[in-house]
Amino acid sequence: MASIDITDVRKAYGAVKILHGVDLTIQDGEFVVLVGPSGCGKSTLLRMIAGLEDISAGEIKIGGKRVNELDPKDRDIAMVFQSYALYPHMTVAGNMSYSLRLRKTAKEKIAAAISGAAEKLSLTPLMERRPKALSGGQRQRVAMGRAIVRKPKAFLFDEPLSNLDARLREHMRGEIKKLHQDLGATSIYVTHDQIEAMTLADRIVAMNAGVVQQVGSPLDLYDRPANLFVAGFMGSPAMNMFEGTYRATDGAPRIELGQGISVPLAGPAPTAEGTKVTLGIRPEHVLVGRELPGGFEARIDLVEPTGFGTILHASAFGSDVKAFSLERGLAERGDTVHVAFPVERIHVFDTATGARIG
Amino acid sequence: MTRKRIVATVAHRVAILAYVLFALFPLFWVLKISVTPNDLLYSEGVRLWPSRTVFDHFDFVIRHSDFPLFFRNSMIVSLSTAVIVTILSSLGGYAMSRFSFRGKFWIVGLMLLTQMFPLVMLIAPIFKILSPLGLTNSLSGLILVYVAFNVPFATFLMQSFFDGIPKDLEEAAMIDGATRFTAFRQIILPLTLPGMAATLGFVFTAAWSELLFALMLISGVDASTFPVGLLSFVSKFSVDFGQMMAAGVLALIPACLFFFFIQRYLVQGLTAGAVKG
Amino acid sequence: MTEAVNAAPYGRDRRPFLRRLASASEPYLYSAPALILIVTVMLVPLVIGISYAFRDMTLLDPFSGGFIGLDHFRALAKDKTFWQALKNTVYWTGYSVALQFCFGLILALLLDKPFRGRGLAQALCFLPWAVPSFLSGLNWAMLFNPIVGPIPHWLYGLGLMSAPDNLLSSPDHAMWGPIIANVWWGIPFFAITLLAALQSIPRDLYEAAAIDGATPFQRFRSITLPFLAPTIAITVMLRTVWIANFADLIVVMTNGGPADRTQIVASYIFTQAFRRLDFGYASAIAMVLLALLLVYSMLIVLLRQTLLRER
Ligand SMILES: Nc1ncnc2c1ncn2[C@@H]1O[C@H](COP(=O)(O)OP(=O)(O)OP(=O)(O)O)[C@@H](O)[C@H]1O
Ligand SMILES: [Mg+2]
Repeated sequence: MASIDITDVRKAYGAVKILHGVDLTIQDGEFVVLVGPSGCGKSTLLRMIAGLEDISAGEIKIGGKRVNELDPKDRDIAMVFQSYALYPHMTVAGNMSYSLRLRKTAKEKIAAAISGAAEKLSLTPLMERRPKALSGGQRQRVAMGRAIVRKPKAFLFDEPLSNLDARLREHMRGEIKKLHQDLGATSIYVTHDQIEAMTLADRIVAMNAGVVQQVGSPLDLYDRPANLFVAGFMGSPAMNMFEGTYRATDGAPRIELGQGISVPLAGPAPTAEGTKVTLGIRPEHVLVGRELPGGFEARIDLVEPTGFGTILHASAFGSDVKAFSLERGLAERGDTVHVAFPVERIHVFDTATGARIG
Repeated sequence: MTRKRIVATVAHRVAILAYVLFALFPLFWVLKISVTPNDLLYSEGVRLWPSRTVFDHFDFVIRHSDFPLFFRNSMIVSLSTAVIVTILSSLGGYAMSRFSFRGKFWIVGLMLLTQMFPLVMLIAPIFKILSPLGLTNSLSGLILVYVAFNVPFATFLMQSFFDGIPKDLEEAAMIDGATRFTAFRQIILPLTLPGMAATLGFVFTAAWSELLFALMLISGVDASTFPVGLLSFVSKFSVDFGQMMAAGVLALIPACLFFFFIQRYLVQGLTAGAVKG
Repeated sequence: MTEAVNAAPYGRDRRPFLRRLASASEPYLYSAPALILIVTVMLVPLVIGISYAFRDMTLLDPFSGGFIGLDHFRALAKDKTFWQALKNTVYWTGYSVALQFCFGLILALLLDKPFRGRGLAQALCFLPWAVPSFLSGLNWAMLFNPIVGPIPHWLYGLGLMSAPDNLLSSPDHAMWGPIIANVWWGIPFFAITLLAALQSIPRDLYEAAAIDGATPFQRFRSITLPFLAPTIAITVMLRTVWIANFADLIVVMTNGGPADRTQIVASYIFTQAFRRLDFGYASAIAMVLLALLLVYSMLIVLLRQTLLRER
């Protein structure tokens, strides 16, 4: 196992710049998840760590040793591909033992290693099959098995579960988490799936357009998003965002949202009077009721029951407000209700820079 | 609905049958002439099968002519050409499929250019280049020329086979600890075997049928190939159809056998995304 | 953060020089053997061959070899046989490619449907491609010969011919002999490439179209053809070039006759070079042919690119 240090790493394909200086330190044994919209450079970063892409500038160290010039085979990392990339002409056992055979490991050691891995992943009855004769979930497990047999310094995962159906994905998510707790291996995991990111990660790295936006524990990113991008990206249904103006002259800091409505803040924000700001509040924090102190009038446009709870779409002060509640039958379409934003749940961002200011 | 479907099915099978007959009829005629005795050749010229069949022509060709020698020469030339071309075009096709490099555009252009001019134009210059090296009138010279002629198209063919194999596979192998060349040898090549078989068969038949250079670069009987020998029946004053066609049947056997078995790999290999999972 | 992006330059590649050299030269190493052969056995002779076009090169004439400028090309412009051959080449190439393509496409469509015995039918239909080209020439010459072949008698029986004569000696129709042989021999090439292209079309596209209520013909037009178009363009281009250069069948079957009626440029080059041993003149003709084919290929490549962009 080893730590990974990424210092000001950049990537360009010809004139097109993909990564604009990524800095990241991953502790020994840590599980880090990379999230971000499609095309933001997650796979590129992962492939640079693996040695599959040249590093245009910057430095990557694995276990304290600079690896920029090393071939993938000399970096001692393992990778699980989205397509699994199983060797079609080898059996499951062949796939899993390939890396050890390349290293000329003794036969008995190979046998022990793959039977151990097969047991962990319940692949033992499938060892003599070809990948073609396996289901999607089984293939995924073989790909995992291939990665764990040789105890590499780090594991890299590029959307390993995205080809599975929802139920299987949930199951494998648990397996991966258990595996990580077992092996304690340094892991970097790329995903689109928020739940995967939240449940698996020790730390999440949110990326956008080749720039790291925020690094922190899952709850950090959820509760204190560093900027508008992270706030909008994390969480489903997405956070409500309203543009307004910051006012604090009379000693009562608040945000004016237009139509004469203003929302009081818990404390003053580090910005000037009259700045354009964005107020953010997560749907599950919006209060809905017949009569709420400090609430605004709203009309319910749409009711979406999810089974687990209910999503209400309402219009108030000329904007759409989403609210999520565990209660059923809170309101019907067409009802007029009150919505309120509890002061301790409000996020404030500078609209121009996007940065969090309160 | 069902009647319409029956009609469509029947029409489909009839059309297939028509194609098969059209493809096989000329070959059938070669066979027919080769077993027709000389005295019946003209009198039963139009009959589908002679009233009496003999194997005299085969007997003559195999035992009393130089054809076994020609056959051996052709075998050596075609097999060597096919094997060498397959190896070279696998390497070249891999480079074209997996790397993007500055010279690629020019290499592709050069290979396309080689497909565009009449090869007749090259005979005199090639003769001039090969003759001081002692490579005229020798099978090695012929192999060298055939390899060069067949490599460009075979490279395109192999490239499209490699394009069908996901790049992930060799990346996975490289992470597993293989060098790029090991990944090529142990992962990619085994998966391209059908494609290589197809290329092998394709080049074999091409080399087996080449006439022009075989005629021009080789003057003695010792190094002559089958096509040249076959042509010698025509250049006499009277054409001996029976013997010529008996030799023709023998010439057809290896090429057709080869092709019969590899043609499905040709289709398979050229099908995009065939090698997956 | 954005400032940092703009200010910091992308550093130089710091790998040791030898390593960089090794990784940059890797693709060249893989293609080197093929390239060396192509250059020495094709490109160099091609350049020498082109130089012959400007020289007086007649074999067996010890005084030949001098530089004569554009004399060959001037002679060529006045050479009636050449112009006739050029016309014949268009005729020969056009009909051969069109017929091979049509029948190849039909065969590919027929073989694309699963049925019992498809493997065997496919192998048999593709067999003509394996027949050595000169042997197919001899084979068809024999079939057209009224003494040992059935075709003249069939044509006579059908009333298409007034007497069972050899098609190959009829000045007006002789060209059809080699064309038919060529079509027979070349259908498999088209069928193979088109069949492969057909099988790459995702099946669910057809299912979606069928659900949308498209008739089989509409499905062919709106799914099959657009998918095949790039393959069609490239195969038609390659085949046109090959067939225009392909003299074997004509040399074997008619040798350009009767009265140069089946002489194409490629066979004319052959005649000039090996019957008259005038390599200089032959090279000049070959250069003209090469130039025409290059122009033609450029056009097709452009066409293909537009097609791909529209997709
Ligand atoms: N070989 C290449 N040449 C040029 N651009 C490339 C190349 N490979 C990737 N890119 C570009 O780099 C950007 C980042 O790609 P990358 O695959 O890292 O995205 P990603 O974050 O993994 O997206 P996804 O979530 O869809 O997998 C994309 O805009 C892509 O178009
Ligand atoms: Mg990706």
